[in-house]
Amino acid sequence: MRKRHQKLKDPLLKALIRALDENRVTDGASARRIYSKDGSVMEGGRAGIICFPEDTSEVAACVSIAKEFDREFVTRGAGTGLAGGSVPCNDPIMIVTTRMNKIIDVDLKKRIAWVQPGVVNLDLSNSLKGTGLHFAPDPSSQQACTIGGNVANNSGGPHCLAYGVTNSHVAALEVVLPDASIAQLGTIEGEAGGYDLRGVFVGGEGTLGVATLIAVRLTEDPPEIATLLLDFSKITDAAETVSQIIANGVLPAALELMDRNVVAAVEPFAKAGYPLDAEAVLIAEVDGLPEGVSHEVNIISEIAKNNGVREVRMAANEEERERIWKGRKSAFGAIAKIQPDYYLHDTVIPRGRLAEVIQKVYEIAEKYGLTVMNVFHAGDGNLHPLLVFDARLPGTLEKVQRAGEEIVQISLEVGGVLSGEHGIGLEKQRFMSQQFSERDLEAQDALRRSFDPENRSNPHKVLPTGSSCGEMSSLNEIPEGVWI
Amino acid sequence: MKTMDEFTEDVGDTSFVSVRGGGTRWGLGGSLTEGTNEVEAPKGVINFKPEEMIVRAGAGTKLSTLQNELNDLKQEVALAGFPDSTVGGSLAVGSSSHRRARIGAASDVLLQADCVGADGEQFVAGGPTVKNVTGYDICRLLVSSLGTLALMGVVTLRTRPKPEMGVWLKGELLLEEILRCCYRPASVLHDGHNTFVLIEGYEKDLQKESASLEKLGMSVMEIDPIIPPLVKGALQENLDDGFLDLQTGAVYSNTPQEKVEISEEVKLLSDRIKNNFDPTGRLNPGRRPY
Repeated sequence: MRKRHQKLKDPLLKALIRALDENRVTDGASARRIYSKDGSVMEGGRAGIICFPEDTSEVAACVSIAKEFDREFVTRGAGTGLAGGSVPCNDPIMIVTTRMNKIIDVDLKKRIAWVQPGVVNLDLSNSLKGTGLHFAPDPSSQQACTIGGNVANNSGGPHCLAYGVTNSHVAALEVVLPDASIAQLGTIEGEAGGYDLRGVFVGGEGTLGVATLIAVRLTEDPPEIATLLLDFSKITDAAETVSQIIANGVLPAALELMDRNVVAAVEPFAKAGYPLDAEAVLIAEVDGLPEGVSHEVNIISEIAKNNGVREVRMAANEEERERIWKGRKSAFGAIAKIQPDYYLHDTVIPRGRLAEVIQKVYEIAEKYGLTVMNVFHAGDGNLHPLLVFDARLPGTLEKVQRAGEEIVQISLEVGGVLSGEHGIGLEKQRFMSQQFSERDLEAQDALRRSFDPENRSNPHKVLPTGSSCGEMSSLNEIPEGVWI
Repeated sequence: MKTMDEFTEDVGDTSFVSVRGGGTRWGLGGSLTEGTNEVEAPKGVINFKPEEMIVRAGAGTKLSTLQNELNDLKQEVALAGFPDSTVGGSLAVGSSSHRRARIGAASDVLLQADCVGADGEQFVAGGPTVKNVTGYDICRLLVSSLGTLALMGVVTLRTRPKPEMGVWLKGELLLEEILRCCYRPASVLHDGHNTFVLIEGYEKDLQKESASLEKLGMSVMEIDPIIPPLVKGALQENLDDGFLDLQTGAVYSNTPQEKVEISEEVKLLSDRIKNNFDPTGRLNPGRRPY
């Protein structure tokens, strides 16, 4: 009774309950603790009041109340983000989209599905089974992450090499802007006029407003798929193979590389048939029409042979293919058994520099006495060096931070960028000035201010703010739903 | 080749200014205010890296020159244009190819743009890699902006492998019938009377797909149809001189459609963007993409 009475005294809480209902608004201590973290190693402030709206009008009501009470708000999906994008700073209103989980409409003829942001990525593709269509972005967290989160982060995944990241698969969005107005960005009919507001909203990390309905384009299932497992005695040979495949005009559906440490961790669990004595395993998948697939398999095999591949194995059936991918997609969970803590990086480098940069990543880890494991989207040069460690050992966390900084530095030095798919969030703000000049960042800020002049929507993220929010923490367990 | 510094000097920081490319879509978005200083962007292909699938070029480079250079190594960029169109011009008007259903839209092409802002200062949008979610995607804002937010000097573009071959067929089939015969056709266009299908890939695959379509009454075209440029908006009335893309709803026509309607919320947001990027309205004055 006393708690209920207190609730009624807080005017903000009262307003939010009036807008939703008592069961979908909470300021309970345990909920606030849970929603203060996401899948990243970042710690910020503490979640304020947590709301679970179910449609656009309820989101607009929450945002309107935030404005009325001059409060910040943070939108959150499944919380699988790896850069702290949904970690609250201060005590913002948390708008959690997990109850906005309906597939509103699927138009098989136009190949468009309208979904709410809380729809889980894999649930959409599963619901399309038998139609010959699927949703192409397939982040490794796809059984947990939401499509709203994919929009916020412009998520990728192994098969985005050929099919493109989320932005290429979103036709239109209904959004609640930070001033609580509702707008449709983009169109499913023809070409939208004006500036490409849909295009810039995707990847805005929740700082430009809240996507409340998403029209995604559906992709035709390929008639034929060939999945190859190539094993190498040198990781540099595998990296060189990747570069040459692309240079020879072959754009596989996926091109994923795992090093020896990852294979050793994953194989006992996945039983994918990965060779345990290989220094590197490359998964190459090509799809399309039969002659094209066969032709590209031959090119890839030939290039691999010229680069010293020990064996090229093609999955004989769907079951074998699934086992190969199960190993790749569950790599993070398996790695977590090796050491209690981890720090996962996400930079992109030119493909032609893969061999050199991977070697340097090993040298950096060795310099600091750390274990590094590499499992990454080699085809688009998207590195994911994973430092595993025990934070209880004095000085280890500092070494991890320094090693991480050097990995980022090396990536930038060879002409790379800070993030390929995890985003900037809280984690990489401090590096933004290394990639961009002050004037570059001013242009980005001009965009942000246009959407959110009062800096209310997920503030303190992406652009350097000088804010003290956001510290790296150690994680002594892998949060559920986190994958590379 | 003109350097970025020379281009920046040409753009200056006070007078009304516009970049003139090939002038092939010069009237889009309204007439330029009289007295506007017209400058040219750097011209020439700077660096083509087939193994990275990227190319760096001056925005003033002719699109045909760029495509010819890429063609030597069996690559292309997913932009369309007239013989005199420039790379920068094609980006500024958002000139997606009629093959966009297979190769992607113009907005997917621009990876990095070295620009001059309204204040006369250089800035860089995006990054030089094919995958990048670092910060806000200003490149997408620049594509289709008609040069009203910043002026592009040098650009880095995503390239992609060219298909081994393509075959056009003409007939009267519906989209559903075509999709039952073909996997990801590059184009399925309708001109109000006939359906035009472009299939792309390897010879044997195309022979099979083509045979399936021919069985249903389509015939292989000896000469490729001429497809006009993409216009904004959805199909408003009958197609007089153009094509409707049945896969994406896009319209290709030599006659720009009437101004595309946008909502009040989108207009307000677009005005704020314009004002924040170009507070004095000196970039391409008289033009608005909305």
